[in-house]
Amino acid sequence: MTRLAMSVDVDLCLGCEACLVACQTENELPEDRYRLRMVHITQGTFPNLTGEFFVESCYHCQDAPCVNVCPTGATYQNEAGVVLVDPTKCTGCKACVTACPYGMRYLHPNGYVDKCTLCEHRFDVGQLPACVETCPTGARAFGDLDDAADPIHEVMNAARSVSTATSKAGAEPRMFYLNATLIDDLDQEAFVISREET
Amino acid sequence: MSVPSKVRITRRLFLQGSSFAVAVAWFGRLFSVRLPERLASWGIPTPWYQSGPVETTFTVCDMCPWRCGIIVSTVAGKVHKIEGNPDDPKSRGKLCARGQGGVSFLNDPDRLMTPLIRTGERGSGEFREASWEEALDYVAESMIEIRDEVGPESVAFLGHTSGDAWFVDHLAQAWGSPNAARPSSSLCTSPREEAALLTVGRVIGGHEPVDWDEIEAFALIGSHVGEDTRNTVMQDFSAARARGAKVIVVDPRFSTAASKADHWLPIRPGTDTALLLAWMHVLIAEDLYDGAYLDAWASGFDELAAHVAEFSPEWAAPITDLTADQIRTTARVLGGSLPKAAIVPGRHVTWYGNDTQRMRAVYLVNSLLGAWGRAGGLYLPKSPYIEAFPHPPYAVAGSSGGCSAEPGEESTELPLGPSGKARADGVRDTFLRGPTAIQELIPPMITGNPYPIKALIAFGINMFHSLPDQARTKEALKALDLVVAIDVLPQGHVAWADVVLPEATYLERADDLWTVAHKTPYIAIRDAATEPMGNTKPGWWIAHQLGTRLGLDAYFGWETIDEWNDTRLRSIGQSLEKVRAMGGVIIQEGKPYLDNYEGGAPFPTVSGTIELVSETLSESGFDGLPVYEPPEPPPEGFYRLLYGRHPAHTFAKTQNTPMLSGLFPENELWLADAEAERFGVDSGDLVMLTNQTGATSGPIRIKATQGIRRDAVYMVHGYGHDAKGLTRANGRGASDAALQTRYALDPISGGAGLRINFVRLERVS
Repeated sequence: MTRLAMSVDVDLCLGCEACLVACQTENELPEDRYRLRMVHITQGTFPNLTGEFFVESCYHCQDAPCVNVCPTGATYQNEAGVVLVDPTKCTGCKACVTACPYGMRYLHPNGYVDKCTLCEHRFDVGQLPACVETCPTGARAFGDLDDAADPIHEVMNAARSVSTATSKAGAEPRMFYLNATLIDDLDQEAFVISREET
Repeated sequence: MSVPSKVRITRRLFLQGSSFAVAVAWFGRLFSVRLPERLASWGIPTPWYQSGPVETTFTVCDMCPWRCGIIVSTVAGKVHKIEGNPDDPKSRGKLCARGQGGVSFLNDPDRLMTPLIRTGERGSGEFREASWEEALDYVAESMIEIRDEVGPESVAFLGHTSGDAWFVDHLAQAWGSPNAARPSSSLCTSPREEAALLTVGRVIGGHEPVDWDEIEAFALIGSHVGEDTRNTVMQDFSAARARGAKVIVVDPRFSTAASKADHWLPIRPGTDTALLLAWMHVLIAEDLYDGAYLDAWASGFDELAAHVAEFSPEWAAPITDLTADQIRTTARVLGGSLPKAAIVPGRHVTWYGNDTQRMRAVYLVNSLLGAWGRAGGLYLPKSPYIEAFPHPPYAVAGSSGGCSAEPGEESTELPLGPSGKARADGVRDTFLRGPTAIQELIPPMITGNPYPIKALIAFGINMFHSLPDQARTKEALKALDLVVAIDVLPQGHVAWADVVLPEATYLERADDLWTVAHKTPYIAIRDAATEPMGNTKPGWWIAHQLGTRLGLDAYFGWETIDEWNDTRLRSIGQSLEKVRAMGGVIIQEGKPYLDNYEGGAPFPTVSGTIELVSETLSESGFDGLPVYEPPEPPPEGFYRLLYGRHPAHTFAKTQNTPMLSGLFPENELWLADAEAERFGVDSGDLVMLTNQTGATSGPIRIKATQGIRRDAVYMVHGYGHDAKGLTRANGRGASDAALQTRYALDPISGGAGLRINFVRLERVS
């Protein structure tokens, strides 16, 4: 089997938003829409503060609520576990937008729902997803969880902690945050994270 | 002009040579259904990467002055994607949000598209369209008239962004005006460059020479890595931290860098020199300095030791609002790692008017740490070797400076223009030395002293958002006989021009070679990835057309930019064709460490040593060792106005760029929670800002936060545009520049200290 996943090392991420724009140009998104979302969190009282950036995108859940709810079969999961939308089948009903626990889908002006594809079109020309390729600090990693030889295992095993969005509605997210520390108090509507020490 | 023949390699072939190679190519077999075919049958546009053969062009980014090497992907002449060039020492295959957003800068529908000649009052923005012939003739005839009347020195050339050298250097020097300047000198880096020349006899240069690969402890003082998004520095900063390097951040605000620091010192604004003196005190008192290094390379240690003896952490604590323990601890962090430790030379350092002395203090700390020319400290950058395009001697020597400029010789004799006049910026009179102080060229436009400046050629500079005292700038723009704006966008000052010349963006024009003083000196080519839009033209072409109309043909003895670049490249046994084929970059050997200078002179100061005490300064009536001068505190009810950057924006240039605008459409005012509560405002509330002399800007939304001191407010620079033509940016947020009605002139470097302005808040219902 193949289970593709992505990780962001929160310790390395400087919140520069290069990934947002790389995704936008690669995927020709409307100028004010992004498939990624930068969340900046500061905790504490001056001058004892801590701060971290969490950059979210589709969690490509193992048991994806958006796939389960789609009435036309437009939203589907491929053999590699990538959650995709077939725009030719999508009617723009937004059932999936509502069902996504993490708010990572939007209605494209062309009338279909759009979301992160892990840049699947780049795989067969040997490229990493646009966000991973451009990341100045190398905070992002991408690979196959089912392939023990994939470098993503090395990255995730070396991390002090691995966090992901809390599993909701049966979802098992496959987008991970490494070395995050500021997650205990996070309980925003679209951003609930669980953490595991490694 | 014709677009140079591109290196034709397909996306697939090109990627086999990239750093990621084909490690994930096997994923391809997983996707048997080809999306585009299905999309096409439904009338949904084919993705760009399958709409035709993808061509790539190697060039250099210009979305910020860092200028990373990039690879631009086009299909049928349309730019779709920009990626970092893996062979480029700056980008290393990575790119920031602004670099990625270059596609959107290119396609901004608000761009200037045709030459314009003014029909209404200056500032009205009323123009008629003109041909290039008519517009260029107008400019050249007016310049010649002014030259014949009062001399060529009365034309000022102000420029910024790549391509500016055609105007502020080549054309200005050929024409004979010493009044050429860049905001990147006296509004940014002049104090750090002059302090470096005075201390170690070398400039810092455009790529700060921190030896990130091996550094073990470093301090940032008011330097915003992560918000000031220099690509390479973000890479190096995060990699150094991941290696375990200790990070000290001195900033009144909890910046991105502060959130990554081991030690955050939320210092009282303007008291940095007190901290630096106390750090030196600790380093010397606790024997945490490199004595052998100082014996070998420096002079004046005993005087420095005596000077800082009284500046203990206990002395500095109440001044800086830090604890003595914090000061001592952080000094030990730096001293404990020497010589693999340094204070990173900041970039925009024109803060309080005593900035050269503060930067001298920074460099004295670095000297005690033995950092200059040492692995893990500050390497010694070297410029790449290449010849200039041959031309007759210039009519006047250059003095425009700029953060990336080659070092100029500091001479006691100021260069004189053809009619015998030196610079009009007051150098040697109101300040000692350094490149042309751009803000000091404004008064002669109004007063005629020391002699009148009657014409302004403004290339790529934003006159209202970079220069302090907007009212004075407007008065000057009214008084001038000729105002020419060469620009991509209809920025605020463009409405004041007599003639507007629309420039092609960096993606639509080739340009002079990009030569970078670096650990590994390098040269990168700039090629056009696509044809210029509308009736826009490259800067080099505009300069060439003006030059020949001004009778300066001998300086423009070439027809195309390719001829210029090829001639230069042949001086080092290369050619344009070869460099295009080899990936756009030529890397040469550097001399980064002292070991590379055996028998040479790595520190070419007057004495040939690292001058801890500056005789040059003391002989000119300045302190030979830096002393702390207290800043004026904010008056009751006012906050000190601090400013900085957003990671997706550059200066006042990108706020109108569609894709980047969406990431941060308007700036916000950081205000301490306690002050917000006292004032009865909350995050999202709108306020107007009024400064100490009544200038206003806004409205701007409050960001109530724990992350800033109570005595200061902070905003991202470059917002609050007053430019009708910038449809996205106009009127959004507040302008720090509009509130900087005064500045403190640095009497050494001519820098304009901008952090001496204060604001109060007024609620907007």
